[in-house]
Amino acid sequence: MSTKSVAPVASHDAGRKLFSSKIAGSVVWIITLIWTIPTFGLFVSSFRDKQAIFDSGWWTAFTHPHFSLANYHSVLFGNTAASGLSNGVLPYFINSIVITIPAVVFPIAIATMAAYALAWVRFRGSDFIFYAIFALQIVPLQMALIPLLQLFTGGAHLGSITLIPKLGIAGKFAGIWLPHTMFALPLAIYLLHNFISSLPKDLMEAAHVDGASHFTVFRRIVLPLATPAIAAFSIFQFLWVWNDLLVALTFASGTEEVAPINVKLASLVGQWGSSWEVLCAGAFVTIALPLVVFFSLQRYFVRGLLAGSVK
Amino acid sequence: MNSFWSTNIAKFGQIFEAIAVFFVVLGVIFFIAGKVKGRSQRPLAIVVLLGPALLLLLGGLVIPAVQTILFSFKDDTSSKFVGFKNYNWIIHDPNIHSVLINTILWILITPIVTTGLGLILAIFLDRMKRESIPKALIFMPMAISFVGASIIWQFVYNYADPKQPQTGLLSTIVRHLGFTPSNWILTSPLNNFLLMAIFVWVQTGFAMVILSAAIKAVPADIVEASALDGAAGFKLFRQITFPMVRSTFIVVLATQVVTSLKLFDIVRTMTGGNFGTNVISNEIYSQVFTKFNQGRGSALAIVLFILVTPILAYNIRNIRRERSYS
Repeated sequence: MSTKSVAPVASHDAGRKLFSSKIAGSVVWIITLIWTIPTFGLFVSSFRDKQAIFDSGWWTAFTHPHFSLANYHSVLFGNTAASGLSNGVLPYFINSIVITIPAVVFPIAIATMAAYALAWVRFRGSDFIFYAIFALQIVPLQMALIPLLQLFTGGAHLGSITLIPKLGIAGKFAGIWLPHTMFALPLAIYLLHNFISSLPKDLMEAAHVDGASHFTVFRRIVLPLATPAIAAFSIFQFLWVWNDLLVALTFASGTEEVAPINVKLASLVGQWGSSWEVLCAGAFVTIALPLVVFFSLQRYFVRGLLAGSVK
Repeated sequence: MNSFWSTNIAKFGQIFEAIAVFFVVLGVIFFIAGKVKGRSQRPLAIVVLLGPALLLLLGGLVIPAVQTILFSFKDDTSSKFVGFKNYNWIIHDPNIHSVLINTILWILITPIVTTGLGLILAIFLDRMKRESIPKALIFMPMAISFVGASIIWQFVYNYADPKQPQTGLLSTIVRHLGFTPSNWILTSPLNNFLLMAIFVWVQTGFAMVILSAAIKAVPADIVEASALDGAAGFKLFRQITFPMVRSTFIVVLATQVVTSLKLFDIVRTMTGGNFGTNVISNEIYSQVFTKFNQGRGSALAIVLFILVTPILAYNIRNIRRERSYS
C-alpha cells in the first residue's frame, strides 16, 4: 500500500462521496435502461400481429394498443398453416431440459474432483497440467467437432487395431452430453481450482492427521465448502448449454427426438423467412427458463463465482 | 397427445437414469479406492480424481487439436499432404485478410469494452443502495442465446426505405436527431462495430457480476483505513480497490478474449459473414461445414492459436505470479 498520505479533509470527502455516488447511480440507471430496451422491444413485438410489426416500430404500439396472445399460441401448440410445427415447440423445449441438466451435472462433478486433485494432492507435474488445461480453452470448438463426431460414429483405430470402439451415441442425448462435458472442463476446472485452492490449509492437514483419506476430505470438507462456487458455475454452465447452437447443430439431428429449442428457433428463421411475429414469441419462450433460473439463483453469484481468486 | 406425454416422460427418465448411473459408479469407485491404505493411497487418489477429466480432455480437445495441426498440412479431404499450400492461401487471399483484420478488431476491442464497462458498473453499483434491480437487468442478456439476441437486435438495426416509416430503433433515433439513417447491417466497416455492440450487450453483465463480487470481497477495514488517509474517488480505486481485484480482472479479461475468439453465432445469424463482417471463427465453420475444406479450416484454426498465444502466455504468467503470493 502506498504510504503517501494526504491531509484528511472530512467535510470535503463527505461531499465528494455524496456527489459521486449520485453520478454513479444515474450512470448505472442510464446503462440499465439502454440494456433493457432491446429486449423490451422484442417483448412488445411478440404480442403484435404480423402486419403491425412490418408497418410500424414497436414503440408506436402504445399509442394504438392492440395486443394478443396469438403468436404464443401458434408457437407453443403448433400452427397447422405452417409446416414443420405440428406439435409446436414444446417437445424441443423438453429436449433442451433433458440436454441441459446432465450437461451441467457431469462436467461440474468431474471438474470439482480434478480441481481438488490439482490443488491439494499436489504431485510433480500438477502445475503443468493445470496450465495446460487452462490453455485448452483456446482450442476452437469448430475443429473439435468433426473428429469427435467421427469418434462417435466410427470409433478410433490405429491401423487395424481398434483403440476405441464406436460409441453409437451420435444423435442421442448421450452424444450431446459428452461433448458439452468435454468442452466445459477447462473453464470449470480453472474456476473451481481458484476457489478450492484458497480453502484453509489447516483444515486439510488436520483431517489428514486424523487419518482421513483424500476421498473423505473431498466429500466431507471440500464439497460442502465449495458449494457456493459450484452453484455459481452451475448457473453459468446451464446458460451456456441452454443457449448453445454449435454443439447442438453438430451432434443432435434437427428432429423432435433430440433437437433443443435453440436449434428449432434458428431453423424457424430460415423456414418461415420473415415470420417475425412467431419468432418473437419463440425467442421469448426460449429465454423464459434461463431467466427464471437466473433470477431465482442469483444470490449465489455474490458469494460464489471466483471468490477464491480474490486474495 | 398421450403418446406425446409418454415420449417426454421417457425423456425425463433418461435424465435420472444417466445421473443415477454416473453417481453410483462414482460412489463405488470412491468406496473401493477409499479402502486402500498406505503408500498407494496418494497415486490412486490422483488417478481416480484427475483421471476422468484428463481422459475427456484428451479425447475432446487434445487429440482434435493435434489432428487439426496435421489436417492443416493436408488437402480438403485430409487424404494427402500438401505442405504449406493452405497457409499460402491464407497469406495471399484478400478475403482472408479482411477476416483476419476483423478478428483482430474483435479481440482487441470487445474484451476491453466489456471488462472495462463491467468494472465501472461494479464500482458504481458498490456505492448504490438498491443495486439488485440494475444488476439483474444488465445481466439479463447473458441468459439470452445469441440466436435470441440476434432476433432482438434485428428490431434495433432494421432499416426501411426512407419513404417508409422506420421500424428499427436505431434508424428512428438517427432520424429524430436530423440525420439520414443508412442500411446499418450492410455498411462496412460500421457494421462490424454494430455486431460488437451486441456482444458487449450480452457479455458486460458477466464481467460486472464477477467484478462486483470481487469488489465486495475487498475487506472493509482496508478501504476505511485508506479513506482515513485521505484516499477517495479515483485515487482510492487506483491504489486500493484495483490492486485487490486485479487477479479477478485478468480472469474476466481472459474469459472475454476466449469468448470473443470463439464467437461465431452473432456473425452467423446477423450477416452470415457477408458485407465485410466475417471473422475467423465463422470462416472456419464455413470452410469445414459448407465448403467441406478441412485443410483450409484447420490452417485457419492454427492461425487462431497463434493469434491468441501471446495473450494466453501473459495470462498464465499472471496466474503464476498470483499463485506464488498465496
